[in-house]
Amino acid sequence: MRLHSRARIVPAAAAVCALAVVLAGCSGTTKNDTAEATTPGASDAKADPSAPIKKGLKIAFLPKQINNPYFTILDGSGIAAAKELGASAKEVGSSDAKASSQVSYINTLVQQRQDAILIAANDPNAVCGALKTARQQKIKIVTYDSDTGKDCRDLFLNQTSSEQIGRSQIQNIAEQLGNKGEIAVLSATSNATNQNTWIEFMKDELKKPAYKDMKLVKVAYGDDDDQKSFQETQGLLKAYPNLKGIISPTTVGIAAAARYIGGSSYKGKVVLNGLGTPNQMRKFVKDGTVEQFSLWDPKKLGRLGAYAAASLASGRITGAEGEKFTAGDLGEYTIGKDGEVILGPPTVFDRGNIDDFDF
Amino acid sequence: MSALTKYLRWDTAVGILLIAVFLAGTGTTEGFSDTANLSAALDDTAEIALIALPMTLLVVAGQVDLSVASMLGLSSALAGSLWDAGWTFELIVPVCLLAGALGGLLNGWLVTRIGLPSLAVTIGTLTLYRGLASVALGDKAVADFPEAYAKWARYTETVPGTFVPYPVALFAVLAVVAAVVLHCTGFGRSLFAIGAQEEAAHFAGIRVKRIKLALFMVSGLVASFAGIVYTLRYGSARADNGVGLELVVIASVLLGGIDFDGGRGTLGGAVAGVLLIGLLNNLLTLNDVSNEIQVIVTGLLLVASVLTPRVIATLGERRHRHAAAAPAK
Repeated sequence: MRLHSRARIVPAAAAVCALAVVLAGCSGTTKNDTAEATTPGASDAKADPSAPIKKGLKIAFLPKQINNPYFTILDGSGIAAAKELGASAKEVGSSDAKASSQVSYINTLVQQRQDAILIAANDPNAVCGALKTARQQKIKIVTYDSDTGKDCRDLFLNQTSSEQIGRSQIQNIAEQLGNKGEIAVLSATSNATNQNTWIEFMKDELKKPAYKDMKLVKVAYGDDDDQKSFQETQGLLKAYPNLKGIISPTTVGIAAAARYIGGSSYKGKVVLNGLGTPNQMRKFVKDGTVEQFSLWDPKKLGRLGAYAAASLASGRITGAEGEKFTAGDLGEYTIGKDGEVILGPPTVFDRGNIDDFDF
Repeated sequence: MSALTKYLRWDTAVGILLIAVFLAGTGTTEGFSDTANLSAALDDTAEIALIALPMTLLVVAGQVDLSVASMLGLSSALAGSLWDAGWTFELIVPVCLLAGALGGLLNGWLVTRIGLPSLAVTIGTLTLYRGLASVALGDKAVADFPEAYAKWARYTETVPGTFVPYPVALFAVLAVVAAVVLHCTGFGRSLFAIGAQEEAAHFAGIRVKRIKLALFMVSGLVASFAGIVYTLRYGSARADNGVGLELVVIASVLLGGIDFDGGRGTLGGAVAGVLLIGLLNNLLTLNDVSNEIQVIVTGLLLVASVLTPRVIATLGERRHRHAAAAPAK
């Protein structure tokens, strides 16, 4: 019987292989012979800067995940700003940071006939199909925090320029370390668009002669999961005994890393810097675990999002380069290349100013 | 009384609940019964639904395959890396399917030849296949699949004259096949026999090992096919595609009244379970019910699906004993 069953599997596998070979012979489509036709980001519609902001617009925020403190603040501020503009706004999303969950939310938002969707994409490609369908239904798409492909959205609101963030992360920690020593990066997920771009700029900054005594030994991924980030920090410090500093450019990662370092013998010996929120990091700054960290103000990003979405949905802007729009008390913004709008440079928080911020 | 227990079967109840959710959604929620929404909601469950079919057969036979989502990820990663290397899509598909069948073969071999429990084996291969996926594609994402292929997986493209997207249409066909196999053939009866009493089935002349091996291979094959559907549907091949999906599949199957101990359940129930979770989540999302509440609702349904059949069985038994004790009229 043993022989019998094997005798059946082998021909079956052989048949599949043969089929594969035959199909390979046929001229199929490969990566090389598909010319990707990309539709331009901005629509043909003309912008009317004097158009009034429409009342009763429906705006939805779709963060990477809900119950993430950073997005709770950002979306909350955006929703409040939208209300000031006479729009109704809400935050929807899943508690897992998955692109597949975001796609089902986009589909239901289309069904609910929202006027604009603001999304922080978990995967720049996976949400694109659904976003394109939404755009065909005249729904305006604004990405914030993490961008998608250019042809899947109208505008991308960048917290600061990626270059500014990446380089400043190195500049800040280099100053703390006196331009010497091994450093590591504790990132979010390995697919996060923004994180990877920043890390590229960090690596580029490190090539400058001023940093010849500094070395990036490892990029670890905590998946924006508190426990995993905590364990990765522990792992980094064990694996690299000469490690002098950790940069964690993610709010979940830096807090977890601070919790580990603060409770270990590395406290005061290893410098932790990165991107965090003042409320999350306050106690670590006060107890000396962390000297400084930086971040843009998510409340401002949320407000900018609401104004950008409302301006798009009212026809004041179309997303074309050079168009201008005002975002209330934040002032005037100009749309840059590829529909990108930059909020402004990041703020450094330390013992001196941290109590001025509550988010 | 037998009529009551007959009609109160859990899988029938899930079917009724499915219809009730659909009617309630149509009546209360604008846009719910739009064909575009139904297409999207159905398409969203495509991979889960496909994998649920072999999973139903496995669970009926007292087995489980926890490696399906990892196999989906491996198939996706393989498709991505081969596409990146310039292979034709027509060649990528059979290679991925072959990988799925081999993965299933390994599961089946470990279960039948080494004699390990399927739960333990597939927890191991869950990690193994996900690891292989990371080796195949690393942390890259491959996204430039041509529209000519991608459109077949998306909800915007439907079988002409219906609102059924192609992956769901394929699922419907396979579901009928699976239902016939499970309920109308000797092979199907063997699965129930194995699930109820493996030893007895063996001595009754059922080729238990060979059947189990075949089931695991089919499970791997379907999971790898679902990986291709997933990759095209989201236009993104990644090693971490479908993480955690195995639990949703098993939850849907159990919700459909398939007994986790094996030997009991209907394929119709499993299909109803899959569709119920999909439609219910869609309906709740359209009504702006938060994700946390959705998770709780699904959890409660699951607990009910495990509890209710037992409660009914106990009640039926008690009545039966009562009836037997009473003097005949």
